[in-house]
Formats: sequence, structure tokens, C-alpha cells
Amino acid sequence: MIPLLRERFVKKLEWIEEEELIKLAAIGQSSPGAMVVNLNVLIGYRLLGIRGAICAALGTAIPPLIILTFIFYFYDLLINNRYVSSAFRGMRAGVAAVIADIVVNLAAPYLKKEKMLYAFIMIGAFSLSWFFHFNVAVIIVISGILGALVGFVRDRRRQGT
Amino acid sequence: MTLIELFFSFCLIGVLAFGGGYAVLPLIQEQCVEIHGWISMAEFSDLVTISQITPGPIAINSATFVGMKVAGIGGAVVASVGFMIPPFIIVTILFAIYRKYGNQKIIKNILEGLKPAVVGLIAVAAVNVILEAVWGEAEVSIFSADVLTAVITLGAFFFLRKLKTGVIATILTCGAISVFFEIVMSYFA
Repeated sequence: MIPLLRERFVKKLEWIEEEELIKLAAIGQSSPGAMVVNLNVLIGYRLLGIRGAICAALGTAIPPLIILTFIFYFYDLLINNRYVSSAFRGMRAGVAAVIADIVVNLAAPYLKKEKMLYAFIMIGAFSLSWFFHFNVAVIIVISGILGALVGFVRDRRRQGT
Repeated sequence: MTLIELFFSFCLIGVLAFGGGYAVLPLIQEQCVEIHGWISMAEFSDLVTISQITPGPIAINSATFVGMKVAGIGGAVVASVGFMIPPFIIVTILFAIYRKYGNQKIIKNILEGLKPAVVGLIAVAAVNVILEAVWGEAEVSIFSADVLTAVITLGAFFFLRKLKTGVIATILTCGAISVFFEIVMSYFA
């Protein structure tokens, strides 16, 4: 997505510098919400203040809104058809594999020794959710606090000794 | 009443959606399937499928789909707006902070803690999606498994991991295989 934005806003329209785009991307990633929306909102804000941000948000959300509305109507209409239903059942299997693949990719970096603490957070989050049915919100807040603590302790260690 | 529920549910999703594209999956599943029962686990999986093929973030796609199902176009709009408002506010605040004080280490540390947790939560969603695909509403046991779906899932996983096939191609092929068998079966019934 960032190459797309670079092409349009930096090169073609020259509304913003590449460096600025990258800084905004970093902010967008530090914030919750969809990265696409955040980054676009930031660019809008940077260019035209709040009005720019709102327009950017609308511009980002309206196409999916329209497209998904159509798709929903078709889905609703066709899902009772035996073959459409079968296709979706098959695709669910595909999605299951895709998400599993993604999890493996995302988890791999944490299986190194120096990332052990974070691996514990990962396994802990899974366990709390799966076995103890903790709310996602609670797990996220706990892990945020743990992250701050771990980072704090590590920084202290580096400074202290 | 439902519109308000939709709005606040997706606001909550918006506030907690840290960690990239798939981070919203466990959040949407918890809110829309488990807590409010707006969509079934099967529909949730279909939502992910549809999102692979359409433009736009999964969250907005989901907000539209769930919103439509629950309360028509008004629901779709309310849910989408609900999702976007908290990040809108937070991102503007962060922009101001970064501008004035530069990158904040504590934010980085918090995110470092959040990322692995999100992976763990996506893993939970993954397990749920797999269980739904292979066992559906049935109780999980060796005998109640849908063998065809189980084979397709394992095969797809193999193709994705070892042969690095594309996501969309894999999902569509799985659908095609399922339809093929459905057509074949219809000649025997």
C-alpha cells in the first residue's frame, strides 16, 4: 500500500515528501485501527487539517462500503444455492489454512532465545483466551503493560551497568 | 438499540486493533460471533474470504457486512464510522505528540508487548476457523470430521507453506475443488 501512496502523493501530485510519508506511516502503525485508514487520515490531516482528515477517512471508507454492500446482497441471495454454498465451504478450508500460515509466519520471529519473554506473552495470550476465555480487551491491556515493563527494565539494565 | 450496540462494538474493535491487518480478526470474532451472535462462525470465515478478494481493510469490510446483516445500510454506515472514530482521535493525538516530542520510547515498548499477544490471539481465531471448517456445528471428534474439508485444509496449508502459492489463488482453488466434488456427488445421489 505504501508504494501506492508514494506513487500518487509523493511523485505524481507532489503534495508531500517521501520522508514525511514514512514518518506518518510509523505513526499509523503505532496507533490502533486499520493502517490504511490511519495513514490516509494522517496525510489528510497534514495537508488540510481536520477537514482533510475527515475527507481522507470518507474517501478510504466509502469504496469498501459500497462494494461490500453489493457483495452482501449477492451473498445473501446466493448462499442457499447448493454449489455456491459448497464453494464457500471449500473456501473456508482455504481461509483456515491461510490464517494458520499467517500465524506460523508471525510467530516464527518470537521463537528465538532473545525473544523468549515475548514468546511467553504470545503463548500466554493464546492460553488466556483459549483456555480461560479472557476478554480480548483484558489480554491486550495486560500485554501492553507487560511490554512497557519489559522495555523499561531492559532500558534500565543498559543504562545501569 | 441495535445501531447503538453496533456502533460501540466497532468502536471497541477500533480502539483495540493493534498490530496490523489480521489483528482485527480475534476482535471481530469476539464481538460479532461470540458476544452478540450477529454472524455465525461460518459467515465470519466467509467474511475473511471476501476480504481477500475485495479492496479495503478487513475491518471496514466486516463492519459493512455485519452492519448490513444486522441493520441494513444504516447498520453498515454506523459500524464503519464506529470503527474509524477511536483510531481517528488517537492518531491525531499521536501526530501532535510525535511532532512536539518525537518518537516516544514508551509507546514503542507497549507495542512490542502487544505484538506477540496479538499473534497469540490470531492463533485462537485460526483454531476457531479450522474447527468450524472441518467440524461445523458438530462435536469435535475423529468420526464427525468432514474428511474432504480436512484434506483440503491440510493440502492448502502445504501449498501455502512449501510451495508459496498465493493467498487468493489458494482460497479460490479450495472453493473450486469443493464445488467439483459437489457436482460429482450430485450424479450419485
